[in-house]
Amino acid sequence: MTAGGRLRARLGSGAFAVTAEISPPRGAEPGALLRTAEHLRGWVDAVNITDNTSAHVRMASWAGSLLAAQAGIEPVMQLTCRDRNRLALQSDLLAAWAVGIPNVLLMTGDHPKFGDDPGAVPVFDLDSVQLLGAARTMREEGRLISGRTLTGRPGWLIGAVENPFAPPAGFRAARLAKKAAAGAEFAQTQFVFDVTGFGRWMAAVRDLGLDQRCRILAGVGAVRSLRALDHLRTGVPGLYIPDEVERRLRGVPAGRVADEGTRICAEIIEQVRVIPGVSGVHVMAPGYEHGIPGILERAGLARQDPAAAPALGGQRAH
Amino acid sequence: MSARTAPSSSADPAPGRPAWPRPVRPRLPGWLAYRLQRVLAPGRAYRWLAGALTRSPPAYRAFTATERAAKGGAFGCRMCGQCTLPVTGYACPETCPKKLRNGPCGGVGADGSCEVFPDSRCVWVVAHERAQREGRVADLLLFQRPVDHRRAGHSAWVSYWAGDDADLWVPATGTGAASGRDAARPSGAGPGGRA
Repeated sequence: MTAGGRLRARLGSGAFAVTAEISPPRGAEPGALLRTAEHLRGWVDAVNITDNTSAHVRMASWAGSLLAAQAGIEPVMQLTCRDRNRLALQSDLLAAWAVGIPNVLLMTGDHPKFGDDPGAVPVFDLDSVQLLGAARTMREEGRLISGRTLTGRPGWLIGAVENPFAPPAGFRAARLAKKAAAGAEFAQTQFVFDVTGFGRWMAAVRDLGLDQRCRILAGVGAVRSLRALDHLRTGVPGLYIPDEVERRLRGVPAGRVADEGTRICAEIIEQVRVIPGVSGVHVMAPGYEHGIPGILERAGLARQDPAAAPALGGQRAH
Repeated sequence: MSARTAPSSSADPAPGRPAWPRPVRPRLPGWLAYRLQRVLAPGRAYRWLAGALTRSPPAYRAFTATERAAKGGAFGCRMCGQCTLPVTGYACPETCPKKLRNGPCGGVGADGSCEVFPDSRCVWVVAHERAQREGRVADLLLFQRPVDHRRAGHSAWVSYWAGDDADLWVPATGTGAASGRDAARPSGAGPGGRA
């Protein structure tokens, strides 16, 4: 039986939600994805399965999501506008529901420039807001963009992403409001390292009453080496790491950078958790997924009772 | 037909530069563009002109070439045929490498630069600045429908005057992609003039 509805129930109950993220393998062997997912079992409400992340070819997100669901780990299928036109986007969304994928995360996607094949067509037939609108219309009205009716409506929980830190400053909360109006019921954010800046954005979100319509999950992650720090500072568009975080990472002996990065991540989780309107965290740790339980434990988010999965039940320690 | 005599637009090739759309800084100030919008507002005369142009392919081609040159020079127009300039601060979202019509992506640099072409400013940062200056930020929250790719290369002015663009954008509530065709358009923000 596939897992389903846990994330929806968690967000609906007002309990603090935890999601994480896995990239499917660059290959046709499912074992690696399942082994990674196994580390997260019982610790998270759902696991994002990325869609050709950073424009690098990987196993399709629907297949990764299906594998996770079959293993009893609830997936959030990421779907980007970069690789598919509106026909393929809509048919992939229908397929996702048909095979038991309960959550979708709809985004524009990184430009092929940043990927392993920059000569690929950047499709962008729809943008993320249009895709969110299309998904909601399929679910609520049983119709496609073309207006044609569906036999059998999908019922996914629909998610979006937002970057609280990128310009135009002062427009990012409004932009999320547009996504919520189009259909987003929850949103995961870009990495939060600047908790003060994130707090400012959350204040704008609350002013719009947005946190009630669209549950906010703060994106967090651990910087585990100075090389990773340099990459995040210079190589990732739209990411901002405050000087204080950099100082702390550079201030410890080389052998302790990883531990310090993990500690900072756990602290950030504790800090964003008490910001009004924050409904959960989304932990991104590429290549360090096995360490996510440790980060959560350090942040005071105890393992949920695995027997309670997939239904909502396990109470988190406070 | 190449009538692009204006300064290089984002559609122009250059050695070593990828052919992706490239942000173009509007050369027409926002206040002037909004003023021209009023001049080009549809009326009986424009509707007649649109009808006449539609009936005469050579005249339509010549007119479209003129539109391409004017809007190419002023805004880097790529002739999508469904002009959204009046509600995007007269900064063209088709010059965004991702052609995003509903707002900026998450990759905008801290300095407002485009992630794909870091030497250029993000189209939406520019759009937001211009809309803010003219008191039109609410325009940016309108839901822009998916583009009809059959209309690429066609005259957006003729479509506008003929009334074919009436549902290009709708208020951002109930933004179902196919629904809302009958939704009321916000007053004063219909598909305005293509300055």
